[in-house]
Amino acid sequence: MKQKLRPMEILMNGVFFLCGFIAIVFVLFISVYLVLSGLPAIREIGLREFLFGTRWASTAAEPSFGILPFILTSVYGTAGAVVLGVPVGFLTAVFLAKVAPPRMAAAVRTAVDLLAGIPSVVYGLIGMMVLVPAVRTLFDLPDGASLFCAMVVLAVMILPSIISVSETALKAVPREYEEASLALGATEIETYFRVSVPAAKSGIAASIVLGIGRAIGEAMAIIMVAGNVANMPSLFSSVRFLTTAVASEMAYASGLQRQALFSIALVLFLFIMAINIVLNTLLKRKKG
Amino acid sequence: MMKKKTLAMLLSAALCVSLFAGCSGGSANSPAPESSAPAAEGSTPVSEAPTQLSGIVNTNGSTSMEKVIGYLTEGFKEVQPGVTVHYTGSGSGAGVTGAQDGTCDIGLASRDLKDDETGVKQITVAKDGIAIIVNPENPVADLSVEQIAQLATGEIANWSEVGGNDGAVVFIGREAGSGTRDGFESITDTKDACKYQNELTSTGEVIANVASNPNAIGYASLSAVDETVKAITVGGVEATEETVLDGSYAIQRNFNFIINESSPLSEAAQTFVDWATSAEASDLIAGAGAVPLV
Repeated sequence: MKQKLRPMEILMNGVFFLCGFIAIVFVLFISVYLVLSGLPAIREIGLREFLFGTRWASTAAEPSFGILPFILTSVYGTAGAVVLGVPVGFLTAVFLAKVAPPRMAAAVRTAVDLLAGIPSVVYGLIGMMVLVPAVRTLFDLPDGASLFCAMVVLAVMILPSIISVSETALKAVPREYEEASLALGATEIETYFRVSVPAAKSGIAASIVLGIGRAIGEAMAIIMVAGNVANMPSLFSSVRFLTTAVASEMAYASGLQRQALFSIALVLFLFIMAINIVLNTLLKRKKG
Repeated sequence: MMKKKTLAMLLSAALCVSLFAGCSGGSANSPAPESSAPAAEGSTPVSEAPTQLSGIVNTNGSTSMEKVIGYLTEGFKEVQPGVTVHYTGSGSGAGVTGAQDGTCDIGLASRDLKDDETGVKQITVAKDGIAIIVNPENPVADLSVEQIAQLATGEIANWSEVGGNDGAVVFIGREAGSGTRDGFESITDTKDACKYQNELTSTGEVIANVASNPNAIGYASLSAVDETVKAITVGGVEATEETVLDGSYAIQRNFNFIINESSPLSEAAQTFVDWATSAEASDLIAGAGAVPLV
């Protein structure tokens, strides 16, 4: 039996190797392609002008390609999503891992998984049809499409990753830690927040970074609620993110405009890379 | 045991295949002309077209006309499979220059020729009507072109200034590079001056946003307007295909083929022009959101 399987073994080994190799090829290809296609426009516009210019008018008679509004919007939007989403996600994770009775935890977990599975365009659609008009009437604005709406949508979208990763980290805390705390007379809630959470902090931090990664890379949902005007960001104005800047103009772009969009993608790519490096360091520290 | 493994392998193989199958379908809308493979000669009935031409027709110019040309290119492939129509989007000005220099067969201009652009003639292939839409709750029913321009640039910031309810004007439009945006801004003479509250990537989104905001005003291709929004009359003229065709509706422009007067067109290019201006192509032009002349 064993002898017969050998060729299969070798074959499958090759298949797995090939699959792993394909992933690396794609990452390398995308990196190289983005750098090569992103650099010419930056060189033509000037790095300083490109990164710190505050005016984006790609099709004007005298075009101007400053992406500072997009960078700031992406940073603010992500920060806002973290501020709104992390407390809810973190507390939900504590609830699921420690407090909730098993049946209820199972129900909540199913709901969270479902939330993770909803396509981003659906978030955008509901945001556009429900959230935007609601924000308009609630805050008495002329138009609801704003940075605030994008933050809310992103906050909901990053919930599942925060909850599930934090929950796993909390569950991995050795039971002995908690028992020791309880034996010393701490209440259950005290134990969870003074013992379990600090013990799981690198995992929780990783969940937040993962959420940031998701938020900064999201385009479809926020293109429908953010208004997409290249304003400098403020909470209730129409704004454009790095992702939506690429997505909204790519269809009809040409010449330098098109190249500049690649450059924006390159900047976004560098952001995501930085976030991934932070995430990897966090995860490594957890192991060590 | 062995059976299970074979099954698993078969299944994963099927997965791999379906992965690639998924890739081949898409990009139906891509305007890039596919390198015309010698399209199944067997299936072309000889009786249908008396002469099967072959060759390349280069068109160059208005980005607003991209969609119309894309639809026409697709349709023409069925009439003359041997002829490939290429499109380069470079702007109406470059389209006229291209026709003058002979660097392209057909120049494309989404405006009429100016007096100083000589040596070429224009053939209008379609008209582009742009409807001005507001929320159905908005009592404003008629605006002049000047008023629309002022609303777009933010000079009129409150609806009460044009006889509407008290409320800040929310101007909603398309993204930079869109043909509809270019059309609206050039007709109302508001290029680079519009104060957008919302820049959306499709006509459908513009309509949905205007439908959900009582203070919104936006523009959309005439063919896309539905009952969720109110198309206002411009200078008392309702936006319909008829008023666009007879020229009474103001926010419209011509989609023109620009052709060199001195050097005759190639047979393939001439056939394309004749076909595009015939009734045969009118459904395709309408499908692309423009108003056909015939």
